[in-house]
Amino acid sequence: MRSLHFMLIVSFVLGSNAFSSDDAWQSHLKSDYFGASEIIEDESIMTIDGPVRAENGAIVPIQLHAQIAQSEAFYIKTVTLLIDDNPDPLAGIFHFTPLSGKADLALRVRLNSYSNVRVIAETSDGKLHMSKRFIKASGGCSAPVGTDLEAAFKRIGKMKFKVSPEVEPQQSKKLQIAISHPNVTGMQMNQQTRLYEPAHYVRKVRITFNDDVIFSAETGISISENPNFRFYFAAQQPGDLIAHVQDSKGLEFTETLNL
Amino acid sequence: MNKPTLYILFLMILALIILTLLKTQGVSYELTEKIETRHEITKVAASSYVRKGQHRPIFKSEDIANIGFIIGSSCVAVIDTGASYNEGLRLLETIRELTATPICYVINTHAHPDHMLGNKAFQAADVTFIGHHKLAQSLALVGDFFLQRLRASEYATAQDTKIIFPDKAVSGTLELDLGDRKLQLTAHATAHTAADLSIYDPKDDVLWLGDLLFLEHVPALDGSLLGWIAELEDLQDKQMTTVIPGHGAVNKAWPQAGHGLLRYLRVLRDETREWIAAGGDIEGAHEHVGLSERGLWQQFDDFHKRNVISAYAELEWE
Repeated sequence: MRSLHFMLIVSFVLGSNAFSSDDAWQSHLKSDYFGASEIIEDESIMTIDGPVRAENGAIVPIQLHAQIAQSEAFYIKTVTLLIDDNPDPLAGIFHFTPLSGKADLALRVRLNSYSNVRVIAETSDGKLHMSKRFIKASGGCSAPVGTDLEAAFKRIGKMKFKVSPEVEPQQSKKLQIAISHPNVTGMQMNQQTRLYEPAHYVRKVRITFNDDVIFSAETGISISENPNFRFYFAAQQPGDLIAHVQDSKGLEFTETLNL
Repeated sequence: MNKPTLYILFLMILALIILTLLKTQGVSYELTEKIETRHEITKVAASSYVRKGQHRPIFKSEDIANIGFIIGSSCVAVIDTGASYNEGLRLLETIRELTATPICYVINTHAHPDHMLGNKAFQAADVTFIGHHKLAQSLALVGDFFLQRLRASEYATAQDTKIIFPDKAVSGTLELDLGDRKLQLTAHATAHTAADLSIYDPKDDVLWLGDLLFLEHVPALDGSLLGWIAELEDLQDKQMTTVIPGHGAVNKAWPQAGHGLLRYLRVLRDETREWIAAGGDIEGAHEHVGLSERGLWQQFDDFHKRNVISAYAELEWE
């Protein structure tokens, strides 16, 4: 019985750590990234979905769901994804256009510990809307980075497109782009000088369709190895889909798909 | 036939069935032996000892992995050191209770916290730490993260735990002389992790596979699914009296002991491929892949989901 009581106390203590905290957001994240701008906390523009527990800290699938359709008159322009307790909270800034059809985005991020993951969507009228989700990190071996850099570097810059037609919204397509890149964080402490790995990660992604930008992003080290983005775009006619990728060392990669 | 004769005949048939079952399950007939020491230790062969791990979550408890040692005539080789400095110290005390032979080598089977965080307990001028040629890099990439996690836990000795890097790196194979036997160390291609090392003791016919082998405890994939299957398939034509897994029973023979793991990994591979081919997303994969394996493994829900995510991320590049 005593050990049972102990277990209950331990799980209570562990459990209480698991409550989401807005401390980092209130104390500095909000002002760091948005200055004095007003941010409306609501889920009418965009919601965020992800696992309750991050089973694999290196690859945490996150889905952002737009609650409005993209139209010339009113659309989601920019989406900022922050992971409060990661070493670099800014996972990425993503830009959509009316051509996006729907400003949904699925991607994979790294999670260091229990953290709030928040999305701030800026609509074309300049207003900011925020929604958030608390995700527990779990699993001891789930380090947020992989351990086989050699293998990761072998395929650097290779890209894969996956296009599937969608019923909703009308005439839009779902596009997934996978970019092979180790996305080295540069945060690993130099335990033996000769093993130091400087940061090397995908910094910019730009997707064009017949020279119109349909999606672009500035990304950081919180994006998982082999960055992967899934989003929509409206394509009424055949054309060339081109992905341009630039990493933090200035390496550039492009890939074209004829649709 | 009278009733007692029928009864005896029935018992004999029953015994035969049980023996056949045991054989197909890969149980070796030499029983392992518990030794009287302060901390629990199991003798698995003439000179091989294992401190058996319990299937519990890492960073909430110690004594999770199977760790142990081989006592040679001139040298002791330690194989994995546990989840903390404290656990390493207990293993060291056990060795000192059993022998005064010097500890010459500490071999780390891979870079996971439940296997290597006890290294510091063995740090001495004449001890050589040995690992896969990619072990140092793996430790440099994730070692700090593991220490942070450990320090956030309740272990009293967490603050004393340190990452100890290998002095000697194994590429291909390496022979280690313990006096009366020469251990054969093999550095494997990326499988369970990027830095898996196995140890074979030809004298006792014991193969230490580290986490290349899981029994009872659901496997954890942190390297390459296809690579792991390939390494296990390569080992299938070998026969060993005893094989020591990183987690699970320590009295099984090879190759029978590997069959359950190989089945799990193949199911994971085949069903993940099917899911990807059907246009399935990474976030939904775990609801479709490998469900027939639930109930066959302990800690299934703690690791299976992440295995599916890792498998998907690997196989989508095929």
